Amino acid sequence: MIKPIRAFLPVAAVAAALVPALALAEATVVAQKDKKFSTDRVEVKVGDSVEFRNDDPFFHNVFSLSDAATFDLGSYPQGESKSVSFDTAGTVDVECAIHPSMKMTIEVKP
Amino acid sequence: MPMQKTLRAALLTALALGTGNVAAAPVVDGYVLEAGHASLQPWLLADAPPHPADNAPSAARVELGKMLFFDPRLSGDGNMSCATCHNPLLGWSDGLPTAKGVKSRVLDRATPTIVNAAYNAIQMWDGRAASLEDQALGPMEANVEMNMDLPRLYAWLRSDAVYRAAFEHAYPDEEIGASTVARAIASFERTVVSKESPFDRWVRGDADAMTPQQVRGFAVFVDPAKGNCAVCHAAPNFTDDGFHNVGLASYGVEQPDLGRYAQKPLGLMKGAFKTPTLRDVAHTAPYFHDGSALTLEDVVAHYERGGEVRENLSPNMQDIALSAAERADLVAFLHALSSPPAPVVLPTLPTRPSPILVQPTLAPERGMAATE
Repeated sequence: MIKPIRAFLPVAAVAAALVPALALAEATVVAQKDKKFSTDRVEVKVGDSVEFRNDDPFFHNVFSLSDAATFDLGSYPQGESKSVSFDTAGTVDVECAIHPSMKMTIEVKP
Repeated sequence: MPMQKTLRAALLTALALGTGNVAAAPVVDGYVLEAGHASLQPWLLADAPPHPADNAPSAARVELGKMLFFDPRLSGDGNMSCATCHNPLLGWSDGLPTAKGVKSRVLDRATPTIVNAAYNAIQMWDGRAASLEDQALGPMEANVEMNMDLPRLYAWLRSDAVYRAAFEHAYPDEEIGASTVARAIASFERTVVSKESPFDRWVRGDADAMTPQQVRGFAVFVDPAKGNCAVCHAAPNFTDDGFHNVGLASYGVEQPDLGRYAQKPLGLMKGAFKTPTLRDVAHTAPYFHDGSALTLEDVVAHYERGGEVRENLSPNMQDIALSAAERADLVAFLHALSSPPAPVVLPTLPTRPSPILVQPTLAPERGMAATE
């Protein structure tokens, strides 16, 4: 039916593995609904992760090409989520490649 | 009083029974298939398209933009206007599989229609222009398209009394240059709007605006288990302003046109192009960014085949299977998306010679050409 797109899961997995002191890290959930991210901006600390959940009945993508974090979570359907953790402080601009009007920013604080 | 109450109750019952005789309208993917129903209203376009803060539309801006849009002297050879490819006689496109540029050079991508481009959140097949203003100068400057020397054009416009007056009227005290030329053309393009189609009238409540077959076609269009078209050709402008590889044969050639990937280098975007609007789609054949489908029937057949080259196919493209009747219904619905043709009153242009008296030579490609 649906041809799977090459996802870049290993990037997220590696990023997560590199983050020390996981016990202290917090997860923030950002939903994708009605072709929007549920929030325009979130603030996290270095070591924290953000989970992106697709609540729309079609595929979305999540990626960033920012200096503070470069990742591509691939595309995934309704109900699925993928996480990415941040090991560098800075501003991370996140978009959906399929629907470029979907944008949000993650401020990673030291 | 009790008597009145009983009468009223009886009347209400009769009314209820009366309406009970009418079959409930079918519901498909949340849409109640009844003319004017509240669930359909997201398909109506805003009364006026959005515009940048520094370019509110005015009659003077639209008129100036129209002069520029139809003036062939905006091209290096003095023979191509914006309207050469975006021709109102051909659905504000050109009827060609892919565009022809300077000296009839065949370009790689089809001319997108201007119709309702004003409602797009992002412009061009690969989305490299954010607005109509961003896009307007690109084809003029591209040497494979209109091949214009822009500084020379601005000097010519400034030296012409008619244009000078039109610019002064549209953009008082502003220089005649890139910004005012682009904003004027964009202002004109914002008037090329289709939102009075049979479908629009049906959504507003005219039950006779669409045929029963076209209503069934709308059901096929929005049903995720049938056409699944609205997943990308979404309300209200029949586009998600998104980018998808739809499995065209042209993606299988050596060194294919990678589309959006040139702007966003993510694997998912290889061979992905912007979802075009379907408003007035019956007037804009052939179809797809490579012009490979001659008819709407060909387009539907392409999606039923699930595409030719399925490598890197958009995840939102699912295999579909339609009966012959559903196929015919769907195509009939697509014909309900055309607004009645509006007369186009051509502008009167100044009659001075073209700014380019010496034929420029073809140089290596530069600029914002569709082939890049």
